[in-house]
Amino acid sequence: MLAFIIRRIVQSALVMLVVAAVSFSLFRFVGDPISSMVGQEATMADRAALREALGLNDPFLVQFARFIGNAVQGDFGISYRLQQPVMELILSRLPATLELALISGIIAFVLGVSLGVYTALNRRGWLSSGIMTVSLIGVSLPTFLIGVLLIWVFAVELQWLPSFGRGEVVWLGDWWRTGLLTESGRRSIILPAITLGLYQMTLIMRLVRAEMLEVLRTDYIKFARARGLSNRAVHFGHALKNTLVPVITITGLQLGSIIAFAIITETVFQWPGVGALFIRSVQFVDVPVMAAYLMLIALIFVIINLIVDLLYYVVDPRLRVDRANARH
Amino acid sequence: MAKIDAEEMKPRSWLFRMWDSDVAYSFRTSPVALIAGLVSLIVVLAAVLAPWIAPYNPYDPSQLNLMDGFTPPMEPNAFTGNVFWLGTDNQGRDVFSTILYGARISLFVGVMAVLFAMVLGITLGLIAGWRGGWIDSLLMRIADVQLSFPSILIALLIFGVARGFIPPALRETMAIWVLIVAIGLSDWVQYARVVRGATMVEKSKEYVQAARVIGAHPFKILARHILPNVMGPVLVIATIGLALAIIAEATLSFLGVGVPPTQPSLGTLIRIGQQYLFSGEWWILLFPAVTLLALALSVNLLGDWLRDALNPRLR
Repeated sequence: MLAFIIRRIVQSALVMLVVAAVSFSLFRFVGDPISSMVGQEATMADRAALREALGLNDPFLVQFARFIGNAVQGDFGISYRLQQPVMELILSRLPATLELALISGIIAFVLGVSLGVYTALNRRGWLSSGIMTVSLIGVSLPTFLIGVLLIWVFAVELQWLPSFGRGEVVWLGDWWRTGLLTESGRRSIILPAITLGLYQMTLIMRLVRAEMLEVLRTDYIKFARARGLSNRAVHFGHALKNTLVPVITITGLQLGSIIAFAIITETVFQWPGVGALFIRSVQFVDVPVMAAYLMLIALIFVIINLIVDLLYYVVDPRLRVDRANARH
Repeated sequence: MAKIDAEEMKPRSWLFRMWDSDVAYSFRTSPVALIAGLVSLIVVLAAVLAPWIAPYNPYDPSQLNLMDGFTPPMEPNAFTGNVFWLGTDNQGRDVFSTILYGARISLFVGVMAVLFAMVLGITLGLIAGWRGGWIDSLLMRIADVQLSFPSILIALLIFGVARGFIPPALRETMAIWVLIVAIGLSDWVQYARVVRGATMVEKSKEYVQAARVIGAHPFKILARHILPNVMGPVLVIATIGLALAIIAEATLSFLGVGVPPTQPSLGTLIRIGQQYLFSGEWWILLFPAVTLLALALSVNLLGDWLRDALNPRLR
């Protein structure tokens, strides 16, 4: 068990190191930082002095180590485009992204599980087949197109909901600006959250449906029915409870995808989050922001995967046996 | 009797053998495959033949008339009286023509990205499966790590990183190739995994052993004996991968980080169309979006059909 955990942690650290190397090399290849810092009239001696003072003459590995040291402390330098510390920029926009991801995760989970249960229990109903067909279209539609279509229907034609921005935001604590406490903020989050959660919702729905159908065939469900339990107790107390373990794992793994697809959703709805910041920085080749975002996303993914791997190990005893056997 | 036997033994033309094959039969009898194939064929032909089919060349300034701008579909323009099938955009470009040219770029990027991913994935998969050892474990580690990220995110990150490395003067002209490499690199893992698995199975079979014994070069064995045996699943992945690559390209272009504005793909057209949604010019958005969907969906369905058709266990 300990060996497995250590191996996974070393692996994750390696991944982070590779991502850090890519981020670091971005800095080194995109122009000479000295020429963007000093004026035209600086002499060669001045430049050399500044180069020495900034440690740019140090060996590659020393500079790389310094970069990692700074990155661990959250120091990624100053954005070329906005002239602000990168970490400040990202932290100020992170709440918007996290709120969006949270709300769409909840929508995906609640709707996905309830629709999945419904379609599993009413397999032959016309509503179930309707839901399944719609979900197939939902999977094949690209995220950005779903967003655009929702804007068209609900913001342009019906004018029910706002099509861009976060609405009114209020401070919650020192650095968390939330839109969930105001009326306009809650209205603004509906369309982006649905756009972002739709794919995950269809995924969860299909998973729950498949698992439910599987479980409903088992003997203990038949026995529960034979004991005269109500449909409700059988379906929710016995069947659903046993389908939820894989569903929760998949939902956890999907958290990373939600953050990734937030880039697209944020751009469509002009949501002031980290993803929109990243797209801007790619367009303007704003290296410090790109490097910081690269490492942030890698960190989130590595942590999620690590937790899920460890959870698998804890939850499923068969994995432990397989690994023990494989080593012999 | 002997006469009939002789008739049956006669070698048939390759065209007949193709028509008579299992896969062709499955295609002929599947309505979904027929419709998906027809839609893909129409879009692909229209895209390839765009310069001859399109009524206007939307990127030739001499053919443009700003007075034609915002003409609704099938209605005469208020100033010039010109009629356009699918209307015109803000600059008076015929939407139908821009779609044909846009589909051309979307398809070009998609096909090239798939080819790139396929060549890279097959090569690495063959090497990993044939050699084994540390190369194999290294490649599969990389593949595992990459699979844990969504491919659109990988493509976006590679595109961003690559843009950082390219000198500013070349960014516009190289954008389309960078995009192809980014999408290709985000998708090679699928091919490598399948090819590696199949190579490991095939290499221990007797015909490969025989080829080794007579002293055939490993490269020849891989190319002549093993590769043809792994092409089935690779084709399936490539077909579905084409749909994914087209959508990935459209997404990146929609986000404004894909093809340059001078070469608008379907994604760029949708991006432009979105800006005019609020003022009521819905046709600038709708028609490119429908084309993109029809193309991606039909290619995807073709891939699904091919997977079932090539897998005898499912029959």
